[in-house]
Amino acid sequence: MALLQISEPGKSTNPHEHRLAAGIDLGTTNSLVATVRSGSPAVLVDEEGESLLPSVVRYRADAQPQVGRLAVAAAVEDPHNTIASAKRMIGRTTSELKTLHEVLPYRFDNELAKIPRILTADGPRSAIEVSAEILSELKKRAESSLGGELTGVVITVPAYFDDAQRQATKDAARLAGLTVMRLLNEPTAAAVAYGLDQGSEGKYAIYDLGGGTFDISILHLHEGVFEVLSTAGDSALGGDDMDRLIAEWILERCPCELSGNDSEATFLRQLMLVARETKEALTTQESAEVEIDMPGGEKWHTQLDKTTLDSIIDPIIDKSLLPCRRVLRDAGITQDDLDGVVLVGGSTRVPRVRERVETFFRCEAYADVDPDSVVAIGAAIQADILAGNRPADDMLLLDVIPLSLGLEIMGGMVEKIIPRNSTIPVGKAQEFTTYKDGQTAMSIHVVQGERELVTDCRSLARFELRGIPPMAAGSGRVQVSFKVDADGLLSVSAREMTTGVQADVTIKPSYGLTDAEVEQMLRDSIDYAEEDMHARMLAEQRVDADRTIEALVSALEADGEAFLDEEERDRLTAAIDSLRTLREGHDADAIKQSVEALNALSEPFAARRMNAGIHSALAGHNINEFGE
Amino acid sequence: MAVSLTEKAANHVTGFIEKRGGAAGLRLGVKTSGCSGLAYVIEFVDQVEDTDEVFESHGVNIVIDKKSLIYLDGTELDYKREGLNEGFEFNNPNVKDACGCGESFTV
Repeated sequence: MALLQISEPGKSTNPHEHRLAAGIDLGTTNSLVATVRSGSPAVLVDEEGESLLPSVVRYRADAQPQVGRLAVAAAVEDPHNTIASAKRMIGRTTSELKTLHEVLPYRFDNELAKIPRILTADGPRSAIEVSAEILSELKKRAESSLGGELTGVVITVPAYFDDAQRQATKDAARLAGLTVMRLLNEPTAAAVAYGLDQGSEGKYAIYDLGGGTFDISILHLHEGVFEVLSTAGDSALGGDDMDRLIAEWILERCPCELSGNDSEATFLRQLMLVARETKEALTTQESAEVEIDMPGGEKWHTQLDKTTLDSIIDPIIDKSLLPCRRVLRDAGITQDDLDGVVLVGGSTRVPRVRERVETFFRCEAYADVDPDSVVAIGAAIQADILAGNRPADDMLLLDVIPLSLGLEIMGGMVEKIIPRNSTIPVGKAQEFTTYKDGQTAMSIHVVQGERELVTDCRSLARFELRGIPPMAAGSGRVQVSFKVDADGLLSVSAREMTTGVQADVTIKPSYGLTDAEVEQMLRDSIDYAEEDMHARMLAEQRVDADRTIEALVSALEADGEAFLDEEERDRLTAAIDSLRTLREGHDADAIKQSVEALNALSEPFAARRMNAGIHSALAGHNINEFGE
Repeated sequence: MAVSLTEKAANHVTGFIEKRGGAAGLRLGVKTSGCSGLAYVIEFVDQVEDTDEVFESHGVNIVIDKKSLIYLDGTELDYKREGLNEGFEFNNPNVKDACGCGESFTV
């Protein structure tokens, strides 16, 4: 007998046609799945009543992979085959992962491979496959809870995830047999969970402090539309750091000497566990008892009160407030413009965090929804709407791109087409002209970043537009359009305007950036602003010099003998040579002056050619006859 | 003629209505569709129509249009949990035959 759910008025579905939808929070440490049942969103639990699924997969030879707590339990004895934190690896190349190799206890296959694979007892596995296992597990849970197949899901991703990471997440879902209706930014999902989309207009900060990562975003809601104004964060900051500081505090006081050898590992693990329990106890109590089993066997006690705890963890909170300042600056607002701050992530249960965050943002925190579930719940609500189970007007969610998107122009410079923090979906087009006479192809190099030179930005894709009809330099017009869809995926197309020939590319997974790198790129663009300006000026002057030289050389070849005497020709040639030398140097002003001088010097030559051209046109003769 | 809720079902309905932010009641009904003739309708009510009958059961207004009532008379709505799945079940004495899944039926 099927169990039925209450629908919105007029939204009852026919038997076997229920549009079952779920929201999935695919986390670094834990993942969750939630759905809307009879109009109320709820997190789905497994057979043991647990809602959190540890994002850990253990591969075994000749057996199904284990996912979740079973895999976690096996992590110590089978570290090479037990894969955690796949989210940190998804959508990254092998070379990008190299920096992480130190902390990843996995053996990777071929270092040259584009998508890194971890060698396991069950063969090589990529981060996409690992994520797919986690998603399959959540899919199973959702389908047995809902009693039917899922129509579609909404999966949340960090706001800073780039195109490659988003695409890889979608690939993982496809591998798990899920239809992704939408990827949703985590902060946006949190805001949806609090129903901020239903309420009044305003700007909100979403403060997400998890176990190991910190994200902060500013959202703007107006006319029922969510827009991410800015995001920042710290990929290595979270509750685990608090536990470590507390453990250090205990270690300083307990009468034991640590030699640092392996036998103390158990003791240290216990210390971290006690630190964590103490932290959790102090969310409700004013003081807590700390009890440690010493390496010698005896027990040791101490007390930790809330005030001391606050002073221990304050440095962590201070560290999180730096990116908070930056997002406000990036969004161009102050605390007074905010209407509220939403707390996400288990670590925001610590009262001190809430207190300091409220003080910093000078507004009250939204904290009623369980901070571990809030993102999954928001995703579930969005999934319910997208599946068509709600009568409400479709809520349109807007997000932003984290870094500017542009393309390479002559001289290795970047022309930004879509500036960073533009809301998506977004489309922009710009027209470019051919650089050389008779140019029949144009190479389009798509880059991401804030710097002025291509070498300092990240290359996303290259493609060529061929079949441009041969024309004089500057006459061929090519329109390049950038489009970023609602999922944050970029497609670029180039179209020659006279013939309509077209070429395009969609950015597929090949690279990835951490939020730390995004941050670094942003910081560099500010730190190197002056150097970049000089580099750009130099590059521009060089392009100008090359163009002048090229035009003059070809003119000299064609008509030099006809219109100039030997002395004039020598003077021009000498000037061209001196410009060539200067062009190799780094003095933009000198190149500019030299170009101007050469232009002045060649003016009579140009005038004579022009007169001859007009004359020949009038006489019905071509210019070659004049040369004879 | 009457239709009722079990106390458990009523508690769930009250909870769902509260979370939804209010409703005039719970609409039960049938529509012609499905693999076996008729299918159940279970919806929140925003507007009670002239053609509706309203019954009260454990504090919940059950709204049924008169046409559906013929097929639902004597029905008790229960809330059940089966494994991980949970939801409402119609115990309808008028049903002569139902499809395997119980989502549609004939009278």
